[in-house]
Amino acid sequence: MAFHRVGAGGGMSLPLIRTLVDRLVGGLIVLCVSVAAIPVLVLLLFVLINGLPGMLTPGFFTDPPYPQGVPGGGVLNAIIGTLEIVGIGSLLAVPVGALIGIFLSEYGRNQVGNTVRFISDVFTGLPSIAFGIFGYTVVVLTTHHFSALSASIALAVLMLPVILRATETALVLVPNSLREAGLALGAPRWRVTLEIIVPAALGGIVTGALLAMARAAGETAPLLFTAFGNDIVQTNPWQPMGALSLTIFRNALVPYPNLQQQAWAAGLLLVALVAATNILARIYVRRIQR
Amino acid sequence: MSKGTAALVAPPPLAGTGRRRRRISGDRIFRAIAYGAAGLILVIAGIFIIALFIPALPAITRFGLGFFVSQTWDPVRSQFGALPAIYGTLVTSAIALVIAFPVGLGAALFLAEDARLRFLRGPLSFAIELLAGIPSVVIGLWAFFILTPLMRDNIDPFLKHTLGFLPIFQGSASGYGFLTAGVVLAIMVLPILIALSRDVIRAVPRSLREASLALGATNAETIWSVILPYARAGITGAVLLSLGRALGETIAVTMVIGNRPQITGSLFASGYTLPSVIANEFTEAVGDVYLGALFYLGVVLVLITIAVNVIARLLVWRFTGSERAAV
Repeated sequence: MAFHRVGAGGGMSLPLIRTLVDRLVGGLIVLCVSVAAIPVLVLLLFVLINGLPGMLTPGFFTDPPYPQGVPGGGVLNAIIGTLEIVGIGSLLAVPVGALIGIFLSEYGRNQVGNTVRFISDVFTGLPSIAFGIFGYTVVVLTTHHFSALSASIALAVLMLPVILRATETALVLVPNSLREAGLALGAPRWRVTLEIIVPAALGGIVTGALLAMARAAGETAPLLFTAFGNDIVQTNPWQPMGALSLTIFRNALVPYPNLQQQAWAAGLLLVALVAATNILARIYVRRIQR
Repeated sequence: MSKGTAALVAPPPLAGTGRRRRRISGDRIFRAIAYGAAGLILVIAGIFIIALFIPALPAITRFGLGFFVSQTWDPVRSQFGALPAIYGTLVTSAIALVIAFPVGLGAALFLAEDARLRFLRGPLSFAIELLAGIPSVVIGLWAFFILTPLMRDNIDPFLKHTLGFLPIFQGSASGYGFLTAGVVLAIMVLPILIALSRDVIRAVPRSLREASLALGATNAETIWSVILPYARAGITGAVLLSLGRALGETIAVTMVIGNRPQITGSLFASGYTLPSVIANEFTEAVGDVYLGALFYLGVVLVLITIAVNVIARLLVWRFTGSERAAV
């Protein structure tokens, strides 16, 4: 931009020390951005290198874990668990979140709306383990056992702020002329909202939902005292259930090489899952924008 | 008017009012549903707060506010205090910010300001977003197997050798401890710190920069005496939001901090943080008081993070003038 050219042009008559300081600061800034980018590359590289062998082991995708010390085994329980827990959580969170987003955009320019926004922001900032405590008290303590459902409810509350903010942002961006055109044609407001505004903003809403799902799939702390983990393949949401994140956490800390390898492979799978969801969200946005 | 014309004219308005009545009721129902959903989040928030306190009650009644100042964490004798965990939380978060703040600010300046290497902006923003999306347990896995040996064999001895005269860099280093946890947290808060600071710096009016440059200031001088002072409140908010993130990070810290309830000056020593005590000891906690103490730590953690977040958001909002949902 003009910014730098002007600075460089003025540099001719500058005292040497000022030029040097300027160069130094410029160098430091480039150094900072390289240092910030390194962890990503290092992390992804290590996860890929250490995760691939385990992932290529036969049975990784199709077998439940074997007892500690027995070689082999897979993470079928955790794959099913993560999908089911996040799936049920999304079924709970997406409709409610979208509806609250609609409220904020269409009716929320008042004290009620501001209160909802404030609460949603407070939720965004809460440590994820707090959502686990919520699920534990509300479901586990009342039903007296750990269950996938309690994890889904914890994750649903965690996802809620992301979805509702994305929905609000997407709806607010829809031009007012569309609303006015709909109303001028005699359509009632609810039909204008549901049949014109929401479809026009669908890209943003879906993106928000996908990002929320990606975040929920990677969470571990809220599952510790809700889903709890289960080495048996379990599909009943009322029962304790495994999850990829729990597999990584527990297997990393045991002294069996095959289980540690499984932890890396599960890590790679989880990163792939989260990345795929993120990329899907981006592609969807691009297609909608066109 | 004759009866005939009245009959002819009458139907449309009638049909009209009929439609309008239906329209009003439809709108009313929709409005009620929308308000209901908004009310639901208030209800959830209320239940959330109560749900945090309920499992903590046995410990709250037993230890009261003395919990905050007690150093003992002794499950065998059922004596619990939060001080070691609070200490560990503050120390690790402080290390994280000391490392992440200069790096993050520099990276944010690059992404928002720098005219050089513009083609790198897109890929770098993408890389940082990618880092934000990596689950914390995967970062913990990497830190547990790769970073801790590196810290134990290379970085800790180097620090001891060069800065060993400082008490914080003395003592034996196992690789697990405050410093390693702080480094992990620094990596984890970088994306949010960079994204928020970048937005804050971008919000500095262009005319101010141009005025400074026109007066003959170099880019470095413009950054130091115009942009940073102007953006100070917003950057403070960004740092506080990152702090909130660091305080509550659970899994990655649990995997590398060594999990020992102690207060020591050495950063190489093992420690504990509020969330890592809960995550680490939940499965082995027996009895109402022990479990209650864990959840009491949860209450402490939530109260601290809410306070930090509210202050941070006020600062960021006031600066950028928009309410941005955090990354």
